[in-house]
Amino acid sequence: MEKRTVFSSYAIPAALLLPQLLITIVFFYLPAGQAVWQSFQLEDAFGTSTQFVGFENYQILFSKPEYFKAMGVTLIFSSAVAFMSLSISLLLAVMANKHIAGAGAYKTLLIWPYAVAPAVAGVLWLFMFQPSLGMVSGVLKTWGIDWNPLLNSNHAMILLVMAATWKQISYNFLFFLAGLQSIPHSLIEAASIDGARPARRFWSIVFPLLSPTTFFLLVVNITYVFFDTFGIIDAVTGGGPAGSTTTLVFKVYHDGKSGGDLGLSAAQSVILMILVVGLTAIQFKYIERKVSY
Amino acid sequence: MVERETLLSRILPHAILMLGVLVVFFPVYLAFVASTWDPATISNGKMGILPGPYMIENYQRILFTGTSSSTREPVFNMMVNSFIMAVMIAVGKIFISILSAYAIVYYRFPFRMAAFWIIFITLMLPVEVRIYPTYKIVSDLKLLDTYSGLTIPLIASATGTLLFRQFFMTIPDELLEASKIDAAGPFRFFKDTVLPLSMTTIAALFVIQFIYGWNQYLWPLLITTKDSMATIVIGIKKMIVTQDALTEWQLAMATAVLALLPPVAVVVGMQKLFVKGLVETEK
Repeated sequence: MEKRTVFSSYAIPAALLLPQLLITIVFFYLPAGQAVWQSFQLEDAFGTSTQFVGFENYQILFSKPEYFKAMGVTLIFSSAVAFMSLSISLLLAVMANKHIAGAGAYKTLLIWPYAVAPAVAGVLWLFMFQPSLGMVSGVLKTWGIDWNPLLNSNHAMILLVMAATWKQISYNFLFFLAGLQSIPHSLIEAASIDGARPARRFWSIVFPLLSPTTFFLLVVNITYVFFDTFGIIDAVTGGGPAGSTTTLVFKVYHDGKSGGDLGLSAAQSVILMILVVGLTAIQFKYIERKVSY
Repeated sequence: MVERETLLSRILPHAILMLGVLVVFFPVYLAFVASTWDPATISNGKMGILPGPYMIENYQRILFTGTSSSTREPVFNMMVNSFIMAVMIAVGKIFISILSAYAIVYYRFPFRMAAFWIIFITLMLPVEVRIYPTYKIVSDLKLLDTYSGLTIPLIASATGTLLFRQFFMTIPDELLEASKIDAAGPFRFFKDTVLPLSMTTIAALFVIQFIYGWNQYLWPLLITTKDSMATIVIGIKKMIVTQDALTEWQLAMATAVLALLPPVAVVVGMQKLFVKGLVETEK
């Protein structure tokens, strides 16, 4: 798509683009380039001299068990959150899509957690599950479960998954509802004339027609867990206990904060960038974005 | 629907949706309840599910005095910082992206595609993957603990430009042809035609970016060192002292309620714009 009629000038478009390009280059390309450059450098212990070492930082990184652990944690965390939040919100969206009274009110009541900051969501859930004074952990104790996310790594992970899912449901719900509303009613009626019961209609008509939405949301959810859950992790577990909730992004932050090896931290950033590029590419390939340049 | 309605088929959707609403509300309700009790009741685990008598006292204390240990900054100041940051990010993003989209759609010039791709690729570089190098640049520019340092690195991103570009493509060519016949230049056309038509898109983008800005966490965590520059989302984290009885939960929970109220109010109050912004920035 191109405009038929345009203005002709060189100076004006350059001036209009200048603010965005300047900020983009200074705060995006320069740091990203620096990360790539640093990942090939080795700095001595005093930070006085650096030397080019090729892929050595990557080799060191991939020889560390902690790095693989962080990968595993990220994988478990993102699949658990994606699965939970997609299934819960699909269920809610299907219910809200039935022609029931108050459907609009339910929508309003379900979408607002989108606006809650991840760190705040984490703190809310931490309070409920705080081992000594939390209300839910008190109930769990009466059932004989010694709940302690500060010491037990499974408990810590479960708590994070719940908080992250809670926040993500609203987003998925909105997109599922829009997807469901775009399915022509005639298809469903035709199927029911053929004798298909509601469950059959859902799994053989609605669900397949919804698959572009589901796939789009799957990618968005994985990206969400990768990057936006940083606030939840930092507020709830701080990556602990013993690194059991340290995701790849949290590890970059944590390793850099403790003043660790710059080259190693840069190598981690570069791997993350490659992951984002991959995720975005998948998103574009299958979602048919309308970018026709 | 097509089946005959039974009692169960009429009640089930409501039951499931109500359960969903309940689960969604419960954590926030509990935070509100905690913000109305005294520390002793909370730390003994004796807090019930009904609000206590200390609401005004707790909110007054946290808004204007702050906590006694972790961070002494009054939360009111933090909210002002969050508000400034959110508005600066939203306005800045709209400003730079509407200009660049206008240039890309309404002009033909060399490197037009290159400029588009340079902006477009930033979608793939979220701040999390380039934190430390970006931090270093901001600190070299002496922008630590400033509003500029907090906001400028976050206002450049492709979403706004893509959204405006997509919208400009839907403006009929005839409008520009008509303005040209009326001898309007690019500035007149922008001011009299494009800008008024873009108002809904601008408002939708503002809603989404205000929430994005208000909820920022990692970036302010690095860029602000002084308590006086802290945003409320950072402030609340500082109030939670892990593995320690020192956390003043009634104040932390009051802060949590204050931190989520403004963006939630924006979503609920401007629901149509919010949904439009959300769907259009993602698709």
